[in-house]
Amino acid sequence: MTITSTAPSLIPTTDEDPFSEAVLADPLPFQHRLREAGEVVLLERYGVYAMGRYDTVRSALLDWQGFESSAGVGITDFRAETPWRPPSLLLEADPPHHNAPRSVLAKILGPRELRSMAPRWQADAEALVDEVVARGTEFDAVESFAEAFPLRVFPDAVGIPDEGREHLLPYGDHLFNAFGPENFLVEHGAPHIGEHSAWVNEQCARDHISSGGFGDAIWAAADRGDLTTEQAPLVVRSLLSAGVDTTVHAIGAVLHAFATHPDQWARLREDPSLARVAFDEAIRLEAPVQTFFRTTTREIELGGVRIPERRKILMFLGSANSDPRHWHDPERFDLARDPSGHVGFGMGIHQCVGQHVARLEAVSLVTALARRVETIELTAAPVRHLNNTLRAWKTMPMRGTLA
Amino acid sequence: MTVRKEAMDARVDAVDAVIVERMRRITDRVMHLTLRRADGERLPDWTPGSHIDLVLGDGTTRQYSLLGDTRDPFRYEIAVVREHDGRGGSRHVHDVLQAGDVVGIGGPRNNFRLVPSPRYRFIAGGIGITPMLPMIRAAAEMGAEWELLYLGRSLTSMPFADQLLEAHGERVRLRASDRGRVDVASWIGAFDADTKVYTCGPVSLIEAVVDATAAWRPGWSRVERFEASDAGEPARTTAFEVEVEGSGRVITVEPGVAVASALREAGFDLLTSCSRGVCGTCETDVVGGDPDHRDAILDDVERAAGNCFFPCVSRSKSDRLVIAL
Ligand code: FES
Repeated sequence: MTITSTAPSLIPTTDEDPFSEAVLADPLPFQHRLREAGEVVLLERYGVYAMGRYDTVRSALLDWQGFESSAGVGITDFRAETPWRPPSLLLEADPPHHNAPRSVLAKILGPRELRSMAPRWQADAEALVDEVVARGTEFDAVESFAEAFPLRVFPDAVGIPDEGREHLLPYGDHLFNAFGPENFLVEHGAPHIGEHSAWVNEQCARDHISSGGFGDAIWAAADRGDLTTEQAPLVVRSLLSAGVDTTVHAIGAVLHAFATHPDQWARLREDPSLARVAFDEAIRLEAPVQTFFRTTTREIELGGVRIPERRKILMFLGSANSDPRHWHDPERFDLARDPSGHVGFGMGIHQCVGQHVARLEAVSLVTALARRVETIELTAAPVRHLNNTLRAWKTMPMRGTLA
Repeated sequence: MTVRKEAMDARVDAVDAVIVERMRRITDRVMHLTLRRADGERLPDWTPGSHIDLVLGDGTTRQYSLLGDTRDPFRYEIAVVREHDGRGGSRHVHDVLQAGDVVGIGGPRNNFRLVPSPRYRFIAGGIGITPMLPMIRAAAEMGAEWELLYLGRSLTSMPFADQLLEAHGERVRLRASDRGRVDVASWIGAFDADTKVYTCGPVSLIEAVVDATAAWRPGWSRVERFEASDAGEPARTTAFEVEVEGSGRVITVEPGVAVASALREAGFDLLTSCSRGVCGTCETDVVGGDPDHRDAILDDVERAAGNCFFPCVSRSKSDRLVIAL
């Protein structure tokens, strides 16, 4: 326990490194210490102000006026250093620049537009489940489902070609690592990011996008003048950056939660309409995106702590979602719980614009699986995949019994 | 701040209630209102071009463009012009409403979005200046070039004219009709891919702009009409029923209770996230009845279609609403 209160600033301070291998592998004990230490805790090593309590994180997420995104939502201050790629028009932007790209994507990825997608994704999910169980009832849930399903449906929905899709996961993985400090994870991804990045950027061009998908709809928005033609490829890039890894790990989280809570699986099988709640409850429990940074636009006082202007703050979404000040028995996966209001998708103007897509993907898959498989259980300890921002599984060996 | 109890009609309980923080007469016929939440919390975020529904104590609902600063999370500003025929909402605002009173609001919604462009030409007629104020601020912040043509009856009747002229000088062209007419078409000029035109004002002005830009690429000239008559029927003030299709259940939703809460109370699973009608998480199919939309998501066409609604904020106009969960 190294969190101390130092006079005279009275800011609780810690020399712990939330991006160390040990904390990334098991962040819960650190998050607990963070919440207990105070509303705002100074991470000495980085000069960053961290927040882990639900109310604080939620307020910071809502307050885009006080906590800006355009200086980067990682540890890098874009006003002082050049970012590794051109900034996102959504994630790394503030109003008014943020308004048009956001409203275009919100429409394209909204529940009404997705309605036409649902029957196809349900059929795809059933086909995938059939294929996997036909090969055997023991499988790696990460490879067979969490990765396989989004990679099967999402790039098609965007409208990018089949060839080269293997670039998507490593691209996203590095992107999310790069929000953190330049540690072993960033070093590991850096040598190859050039090729992944080049491939992703190429797919965003109009002539690579097939008609009828999200990508095409983005370009159509540019034709109507809702975006500029310079913005359109970057908005497509946002889909490819933020829409793959996050969904993969979200599905991994749901499957892990069910494999370790057989009673909840039985409950879902009885009432498949619980799949939506299950997805959000799993995201609450194990937010695939654990952290985002913001930058103060002015001096801000929070919980008795004065944060100066232009300082990075770090919001622990996963920690907020398991804050006992807000959630009853937070560590339990419980379909009877109402997970509404969790901050796993963020909150406010930057709340995950693709959440309806992710939810539809996960619900399609989980529903198909529940139809075919009576019980699921782990056959060995699952292994974590470490990332500076994402909470993820590398492997999750599982056995299912057919219904 | 004291709240005048008699003005706190049960009718405004059904929507977000806000307090009139300040009222200021800015021309003979225009009242500038500042609204804030009674609990001091943030109001929903909005973007330039947005409007809110204002629900007055007598149940009248009217739409007003937000004209303030999007960076102020605590205040909405609107300007209400007194209508000539002096009926309904505008008269109530001018003659009855006072600072400290409670009014209801719905939205905000945006049917008049500012889309990116290197250059803008803004055209406002009279009170149509209101959505232009935040647009001008945003355009300037984004580093775009802009010009404003502001038309009115007489200089003294044109709200914000002095401030605009003082702050922006050359970019602003004021034109009062008591000093002769303006050829709007020639001010707009020819189509230019780097210029977008925004117009808000009376029907005659809108028609002139629509004519002048008829051959343009769609989307490069955008207009918002404002109606001189009171729009929409009053908000419903009594309880209504929600039938959940297939469940055989009908639940009663009392005034002041969100449909989402009533459904949950009755044991239905309903996921919400923002609880403010902005994120879309709670979207629910409507298969019968007439929803009273209070969200910030649907545009006018989607609202009129009436086949979905957002139960965290939206309600029912009809006695019964049939939904599918
Ligand atoms: S919960 Fe966000 S729209 Fe209803």
